[in-house]
Amino acid sequence: MPYEPVLLARIHKPDSTRLEGYRADGGYETFARVLKEKQPHEVVQQVKDSGLRGRGGAGFPCGLKWTFLPKDHPGPIYLCVNADESEPCTYNNRILMEKDPHQVLEGVMLACYAIRSQKAFYYIRYEYGDAYRATQAAVDELYAAGLLGQNILGSGFNLDIVVHRGAGAYICGEETGLIESLEGKRAWPRIKPPFPAIEGAFRKPTIVNNVETLACVNQILRRGVDWFKSLGVPPNPNNPRDAGSYGPKLYTLAGHVEKPCCVELPMGVTLRELVEQHGGGVWKGRKAKAINPGGLSMGFIRCDAPLKGEDGKTEYDIPLDFNGPGQAGCLGLGTAAVTVIDDQTSMIDVVHNTCQFFAHESCGQCTPCREGTGWMLKIMDRMRRGLGRREDLDILIDVAERIGIMPGTTICGLADGAGWPVKTAIRKFRDEFEAAIKSGTTSRYAKSLAMAGH
Amino acid sequence: MPVLTDEIRQKIQSLIPQYPHKQAVTLPALHLVHDTLRTVSNEAIVEIAELLDLHPAEVHDTMTFYAFFKGEGEKLGKTRLWVCRGLACMLRGAYELIDHCEQKLGISCGQTTADGQITLEFAECIGACDGAPACLVNDVHAMNMTPEKTDQLIAELKLK
Repeated sequence: MPYEPVLLARIHKPDSTRLEGYRADGGYETFARVLKEKQPHEVVQQVKDSGLRGRGGAGFPCGLKWTFLPKDHPGPIYLCVNADESEPCTYNNRILMEKDPHQVLEGVMLACYAIRSQKAFYYIRYEYGDAYRATQAAVDELYAAGLLGQNILGSGFNLDIVVHRGAGAYICGEETGLIESLEGKRAWPRIKPPFPAIEGAFRKPTIVNNVETLACVNQILRRGVDWFKSLGVPPNPNNPRDAGSYGPKLYTLAGHVEKPCCVELPMGVTLRELVEQHGGGVWKGRKAKAINPGGLSMGFIRCDAPLKGEDGKTEYDIPLDFNGPGQAGCLGLGTAAVTVIDDQTSMIDVVHNTCQFFAHESCGQCTPCREGTGWMLKIMDRMRRGLGRREDLDILIDVAERIGIMPGTTICGLADGAGWPVKTAIRKFRDEFEAAIKSGTTSRYAKSLAMAGH
Repeated sequence: MPVLTDEIRQKIQSLIPQYPHKQAVTLPALHLVHDTLRTVSNEAIVEIAELLDLHPAEVHDTMTFYAFFKGEGEKLGKTRLWVCRGLACMLRGAYELIDHCEQKLGISCGQTTADGQITLEFAECIGACDGAPACLVNDVHAMNMTPEKTDQLIAELKLK
């Protein structure tokens, strides 16, 4: 039986953004019920029990994050909604905000109740103008209906939501970069600890949650823990640190697929099924060569490479749960944004593009990232002009492995994200890179954008 | 003569109570000024700083971090047309689209047409990958762009 979407259930309805329609579908009944029947700590426990892991990229358990807040804090405590969705090729949060803003907002309200926050800052990237307007209009409707403000529904709970626009900087999606940006400063990520739960926005305890995560919070409170855990993949019994991959997930398809779209499926669908069945296959009847399984920062899989330890399977067969992409040497599930690259595309152009992105978006605070992303782009630019050198490949891998929070040379993970696509592409397609260097092939883009490479 | 109109000032002041610190109004204030005046001049920075009890250097520091804002001596055209060059768009013809726009408008990315109507920019991924190649017209997505559709869009923007 085909899966019936929950998070996307309302997006095709007429006026799906309006409060009236949302309420007709049972909207805000959960919030009213929770205010009446549950204590905040019970809501935290329920989200913890559900096993919900953050949908923004890192997959950190949401309920656990909430418990890091200091106990009996006099307040204020803040919630920041991370709607700075800027990971290349990712657009699931945009769909939620544009088409069903109230579903997210009810999640925001439930989360605020759980963590005893009376103020949420909803940080939306500037490029999402329509999402901003839909969200702001929905917030206005909530104030008019008495669902936001003081003493909501006579419960004594107060909540304000402020919608805040970014200004086109990828780094604002890093939670402490977002906080700095919200405070009116340059979005330089902070050194942790202290983590935001102890000292976050305006130096107060703060929780930063992704849009889709909050939509899931809403559905968990509405449908229960058992529903959420009936979907997805349980923890791997051989890995005591695995928290499982429960629940529905929004997957986005982009690049060389016949039908780029956002689909909701239980966590754990295979890459092959997603592309072949939900994306209509590779475009123009071609074959998939490489796929980026979860936003650029996660790196690439090679479709015809055998999957280690799995007879007859290739990297194309990995499941898209929190562990799957790791099996194929990628960083993780990331944002579950799948970008397909067909067999007629040069990996040199692809890697150049990823380097161009990270060099442009490095915030410049940490030297290894600022310089490393810049030099990787310079090398790729040279390679694209047919002037690559044999030693370039090892230099690129070396740089990619040394910049980032995981090797411990930077404050945030941007540089890790810059490194993974470079090192996975070179390791998996080394033959192609070497052939291009040897023959001095010039990319068809080398001339047209040689001046715009910064 | 102040650069910021009374209307802009009032809007900025009305935002202050929403935040625990005045400095948090920096980005909203910059957006208000930038949208209306199509630039944030040094004088405007001084006036924003006065409204938010900041030193002008603090506002300038924040503003210049976001390459988004045009400062002293730069001015945006009436419409800002961004062409996405993210991977998803590149795979579906974004670089060709950028070339096409540059030729059509006779300017390079970052420049404004002589009539002041259009500022052309490249953008990093704008999150419109289901409609790649995509553009952003100020802050509204224009999806599945072909050279023909782009020409039509440019013709409309020229008349605005």
